[in-house]
Amino acid sequence: MLKQLFLNKRKSFEVFTKAIMYLSVGLTAALVLFLLLYILICGIPNITPELLMSKPSYLTEKIGILPDILNTLYIVFATLLLVLPLGVGAAVYLTEYATSKKMVSIIEYAAEALSGIPSIIYGLVGMLLFSNHMGTCLMAGALTLVIMNLPTIMRTTQESLKTVPQSYREGAFGLGAGKWRVVRTVVLPGCVDGVITGCILSVGRILGESAALLFTAGFAHAVNGLVDGLAAPGATLTVALYVYAKEQGEFGVAFAIAAILMLLTLLINFAATLVQRHFAKRRSI
Amino acid sequence: MSSIISVKDMCLWYGEHQALKNVNIEIMPKSITAFIGPSGCGKSTFLKTLNRMNDLIPGVKITGDVRYEGTDIFAKEVDVNNLRKEIGMVFQKPNPFPMSIYDNVAYGPRTHGITNKVKLDEIVERALRDAAIWDEVKDRLKKNALGMSGGQQQRLCIARALAVQPKVLLMDEPTSALDPISTSRIEELVMELKENYTIVMVTHNMQQAVRVSDYTAFFLLGELVEFDKTDNIFSTPGDKRTEDYITGRFG
Ligand SMILES: Nc1ncnc2c1ncn2[C@@H]1O[C@H](COP(=O)(O)OP(=O)(O)O)[C@@H](O)[C@H]1O
Ligand SMILES: [Mg+2]
Repeated sequence: MLKQLFLNKRKSFEVFTKAIMYLSVGLTAALVLFLLLYILICGIPNITPELLMSKPSYLTEKIGILPDILNTLYIVFATLLLVLPLGVGAAVYLTEYATSKKMVSIIEYAAEALSGIPSIIYGLVGMLLFSNHMGTCLMAGALTLVIMNLPTIMRTTQESLKTVPQSYREGAFGLGAGKWRVVRTVVLPGCVDGVITGCILSVGRILGESAALLFTAGFAHAVNGLVDGLAAPGATLTVALYVYAKEQGEFGVAFAIAAILMLLTLLINFAATLVQRHFAKRRSI
Repeated sequence: MSSIISVKDMCLWYGEHQALKNVNIEIMPKSITAFIGPSGCGKSTFLKTLNRMNDLIPGVKITGDVRYEGTDIFAKEVDVNNLRKEIGMVFQKPNPFPMSIYDNVAYGPRTHGITNKVKLDEIVERALRDAAIWDEVKDRLKKNALGMSGGQQQRLCIARALAVQPKVLLMDEPTSALDPISTSRIEELVMELKENYTIVMVTHNMQQAVRVSDYTAFFLLGELVEFDKTDNIFSTPGDKRTEDYITGRFG
């Protein structure tokens, strides 16, 4: 009689926990799906060729996001151009050249800590460091993003450098190759996947960044070439989204941008998975 | 005949741990010298000292005198890359680079400044022929070396080492990761190479030492217990510990 009771109790507890788990899984999935659909449904009808191909004009009260698209491309380009050599160089130095274990671990720790800092703080520092000297411009924004993404590129490169087998290095040294030749011909080709992964993650981060750019790169919507564009203030898509939604109440445009950003993010995640799978396959032969 | 490598009173420490104790040996040119001994006795460590591959390991300290053709290999004037060009190395586990077969073999010559295509082609073919693998790979030189079998990879690594035209070839258990057929191919190859190269080979297999080597060195706990003609070592060992080891009483 007593035993029976115990058994029932345990069983009902199991049913209860299971129900809770199903509920949380279902809720999470529903939320994601809702968000996705909501943004796409509100956004996609507003994405018109005209919106994509024109710039805003106060006279005609028309809105176009071409400048914001260009600004985003410029800032991604400039940031990667600067952060890649720095991040990859630092990673190669730390794993291949540095002899002091202590220094390496201090730098690694610092990089780890750096990547946890809220981006608005990067914005503040970038404003003091860059915008106050070179003016509010895309380049100041890009430099701020360089600092922000440096740890990411460094870490992913380092991780993949560690997967380059020691036996490759030994083989090359054994043939009389010097340090730099070993690094250039045997080590660096082996960490391409890490660099690409780092790039993809960084692009995703740059696309999503607003706080750090509000301080440093400004809000302008002018169509410029690459060089002029970097020297002038400008809004990226994410910043433009904020401006249109918050200051001008243009929710249609904001949702259009949101939909574009979301599609891009999905694309980037997909690309990251593809790259990782491609290299995992290559490594296994 | 005078030796090509001469080692006097060499000691080596990994940090606090002494891995080699007062090693003395004379390696004869154009001969095969085998290093035998239980694992952990310092064979690989000693082999890697001869072309200073131990430089790559932090915390290694070496004392004593190691001379290659009369030159102290630890002298300041010695360029370690040139030393390794003269004294090549083949590793226990085949370690071709993840590149084409051609690029693997051309890696060494390119490292030492040869860029002429015709000349490179010539060196690559010659090295692959000398390593007895030319016929198997001549139609797929542009294919990735990682697609080859283990035995082929090891012969490719031998070709890669030969392509820099070394005088000495250090081989650390070159057949331990291979099947019996590949093993006997490499043994035959090594015996042919003796005509033009000095070979120093670590082996865990005593039959292999008997089959291929002219001289044998027996290591135990970081000491070089005995070094003599292979025939003498295996017929009339001078040291009780050598006798115990080759008769299989330990290790
Ligand atoms: N990189 C290293 N760091 C510290 N100790 C090492 C290292 N390599 C080898 N040893 C030690 O040195 C001794 C000899 O090793 P090794 O030369 O590899 O022996 P063998 O090749 O005869 O098996 C062993 O005790 C081993 O633990
Ligand atoms: Mg060994």
